[in-house]
Amino acid sequence: MKKNMKENNKNIDRRHFLKVLGVGTAVTTAAMYGCGKKERAAVDSLGHHDGETSADKMTYRENPTTGDRVSILGYGCMRLPTVSSENAQNGEDEIDQEMVNKLTDYALAHGVNYFDTSPAYCKGLSEHAMGIALSRHPRDSYFIATKLSNFSPDQWGREESIAMYHNSLKELQVDYIDYMLLHGVGMGGMKALNGRYIDNGVLDFLLKEREAGRIRNLGFSYHGDVEVFDYLLSRHDDYHWDFVQIQLNYVDWLHAKETNPRNTNAEYLYGELVKRGIPAVIMEPLLGGRLSNVPDHIVARLKQNRPEDSVASWAFRFAGSPENVLTVLSGMTYMEHLQDNLHTYSPLVPLSQDDKDFLEETARLMLAYPTVPCNDCKYCMPCPYGIDIPSILIHYNKCVNQGNVPESSQDANYRKARRAFLVGYDRSVPRLRQADHCIGCGQCKVHCPQNIDIPNELHRIDHFVEDLKQGLL
Amino acid sequence: MLRKIRIALALIFFLGITALFLDFTGTVHAWLGWMAKVQFLPALLALHVGIVVALLLLTFVLGRVYCSVVCPLGVMQDVVSRIAKFRKKGRNKYAYSAPKTWLRITVMVVFVLALLLGVGSLVALLAPYSAYGRIVSSLFQPVYIAANNVLAGMAERADSYAFYTADVWMKSVATLSVAVVTLVVIAVLAWRNGRTYCNTICPVGSLLGFVARFSLLKPVIDKSKCNGCRLCERNCKAACIDAKAHKIDYSRCVACMDCIDKCHKHAISYAWRAKTDHVGKNGDEKVDKSRRAFVTATAVATASAILKAQEKTVDGGLAVIEDKQIPERKTPITPPGSLSAKNMAQHCTACQLCVSVCPNGVLRPSTDMMKLMQPESSYERGYCRPECTKCADVCPAGAIRPITVAEKSSIQIGHAVWIKKNCIPLTDGVECGNCARHCPAGAIQMVASDADDDESPKIPVINTEKCIGCGACENLCPARPFSAIYVEGHEVHRFI
Repeated sequence: MKKNMKENNKNIDRRHFLKVLGVGTAVTTAAMYGCGKKERAAVDSLGHHDGETSADKMTYRENPTTGDRVSILGYGCMRLPTVSSENAQNGEDEIDQEMVNKLTDYALAHGVNYFDTSPAYCKGLSEHAMGIALSRHPRDSYFIATKLSNFSPDQWGREESIAMYHNSLKELQVDYIDYMLLHGVGMGGMKALNGRYIDNGVLDFLLKEREAGRIRNLGFSYHGDVEVFDYLLSRHDDYHWDFVQIQLNYVDWLHAKETNPRNTNAEYLYGELVKRGIPAVIMEPLLGGRLSNVPDHIVARLKQNRPEDSVASWAFRFAGSPENVLTVLSGMTYMEHLQDNLHTYSPLVPLSQDDKDFLEETARLMLAYPTVPCNDCKYCMPCPYGIDIPSILIHYNKCVNQGNVPESSQDANYRKARRAFLVGYDRSVPRLRQADHCIGCGQCKVHCPQNIDIPNELHRIDHFVEDLKQGLL
Repeated sequence: MLRKIRIALALIFFLGITALFLDFTGTVHAWLGWMAKVQFLPALLALHVGIVVALLLLTFVLGRVYCSVVCPLGVMQDVVSRIAKFRKKGRNKYAYSAPKTWLRITVMVVFVLALLLGVGSLVALLAPYSAYGRIVSSLFQPVYIAANNVLAGMAERADSYAFYTADVWMKSVATLSVAVVTLVVIAVLAWRNGRTYCNTICPVGSLLGFVARFSLLKPVIDKSKCNGCRLCERNCKAACIDAKAHKIDYSRCVACMDCIDKCHKHAISYAWRAKTDHVGKNGDEKVDKSRRAFVTATAVATASAILKAQEKTVDGGLAVIEDKQIPERKTPITPPGSLSAKNMAQHCTACQLCVSVCPNGVLRPSTDMMKLMQPESSYERGYCRPECTKCADVCPAGAIRPITVAEKSSIQIGHAVWIKKNCIPLTDGVECGNCARHCPAGAIQMVASDADDDESPKIPVINTEKCIGCGACENLCPARPFSAIYVEGHEVHRFI
């Protein structure tokens, strides 16, 4: 009887699904084989025998002040792997220390020697995890970069800020920091800069620490208000910045303003650093994955040009090509990301002028997609009202890229797109954490390094969801 | 042959109705919704005279085929007896028993009285189709949804959107307990003695039995062919064949045709007998008396622990979200289309079809003793969405009348009430306005809390003339566990 019931309920959709499931499995298997073969072939052509990227081919750049030989690939520790658990959707995920150790060992063994973390990353657990992983290696085999992440006004006091610095030393199990950064200057404008570092004498304190050798290089990472960037560089003669961290990728090089008028083109930022001979550390080379998870026709375009290389490799080659770049940070959560990046940078094949033109054209094509420029850095989180902001924006972007954001019910794929958007929305974000619960308090807005007007975007997406649900398009 | 036709038809109805109660997507209803609408008691309460007359005529012509084909609870008992028969190695030991007329009459009187007095809970308890609906929707639908969720998980991995996840939640402990008890009692009775429930308790069975007594076609024993083996009696799950006396109690016979097939001597046939008197019964049991007024005057929900917006120092993570609690409503909310609390109480048989199909987690069975298990709206899990009319589409009993999406937007099922002490702009000092932003009726405006200071925090003001009581404001209010805005029901719905 049960069987009968099942048959009654089975409709074409489900049958179709089962078919797709079957075909999907076959294709995946085939794809995996394909990958394996391709990788072997690529590796063979480079003359390796061990089936892995060779450890001694990494490109290095020299730091002019300290003479550090820094690997062009830097390990970003903002997206450390987590143990996926039942409660992950409720934010109770934990860092997968075993995997962190494994990734760190592999990275070091393959020539990566720059690790970039912060007291704020991974709900404040990143430094501790990296401390555990790195302390298993000789102190001179890696450079550690961390930041003074005193974003909250309660931490603006001199003592609180200095305590944060000392805590970083403790968590990282080190007695000196190779690269110390003022974190995210520009967010909150000059007011925040003065409040966090100048008025309380914290910058002076850090300069003293540098003199004392407990900070080997002092720099800052910059997002947002360009006035702050210009101001800090204008004081270069006083502060002698050893390096500056900027956001650079083939979209932001010339088109940062098109994504958000408050942003500044990377070409300008990089140019200013070159003028003063300050090495640049690059963040967001991949825009949080937005430059690897791209619409199909862009994948085809990039792959057609260099069939053996990954989509992401273009972004990494772009970020690593300028000579004044010290290292390119990549937040590698998975071993596959690490291996792909090692492959790209061992050694780096700099972009030719043709390649650059090609990427510039690609950037223009990508700008046609109205995605929200969220890089999933989670600086906006936790939202005090429980909204899962990055997941909402990522889901929206995914649908934009896949053509599942219909403009009208007359669109050819309207029904399919509507279902994909709505069902996928419930899958990606628990209902209570969706955009309709955003009250627009705006507490997240100041934390966004990409200057996204988060409440506005969430309300816009919510409005779209309502239109889809009510069939008003 | 007749028996096989009966079994085939019965299975179609049984599976169809079961599917109605299992399906949470609302797709089956478009095709099989009529199966619920031809159920006797719902049709009677909906005053679908055509259906009631047709069913009575059917019974008058063919006997109680309704009970063995259309009624899902009846078929469920047949299924149980069939399993029992296999377990007892094919031998049924039914035996003729004298009719328990006094019990039937008592239950019937109680039932009619309950209908007249508007004691919905008692009506619901005795109604056969509703009893089945409750069993499926409280016991089997959760299993069905859980299985669906497993498929949805697989679909997600395959990047397919063929299945989506649905929530399984405890709608009412009382209703679940009633369903369990009903299932156990009826299954035990069916296991041991076949159709005991139908022939002693079921008010529909009693009424149809009265008509069937005079039916035109009925199984008749040909005394000349009968060898007195009593095989028919032992296989009669209605226990209505007195083989010794060659008599069948037609008020209890559900026309299952088992005896006809069993008889080796072909002594029983389904025969035309025109000698009966014309005693029709039109089944017009008018329900006119108003049910008692709703009580429960109580203080408004208090004790609010609002999520404190703490200063963030690290990145990532998710704030804990406290569950919403149900505010104490002076007047319960009934869904649009139900016209009034009175209409709901008078027509609803508490079959749970609307509850099982509500996609927003709004409807759940009431726990009020007077209207136990009848649907009630609450908005802590979701709200009555403007594009949805599913409960009105499926209701077979006229308790929720069919409405269109456009009509829905103009039915005031309640009105929103603001609770100042919970309101986030005042307690947390942040901007909100989420209620105003989501009000589909445009009934909420945000105004400065201090009339002399335009910069003061903005609070919602409700235009109750425009408010339709959908609960979007209550559900999406950030104040937890008690919202700063909640809906009070209207005892009689109004139309804008």
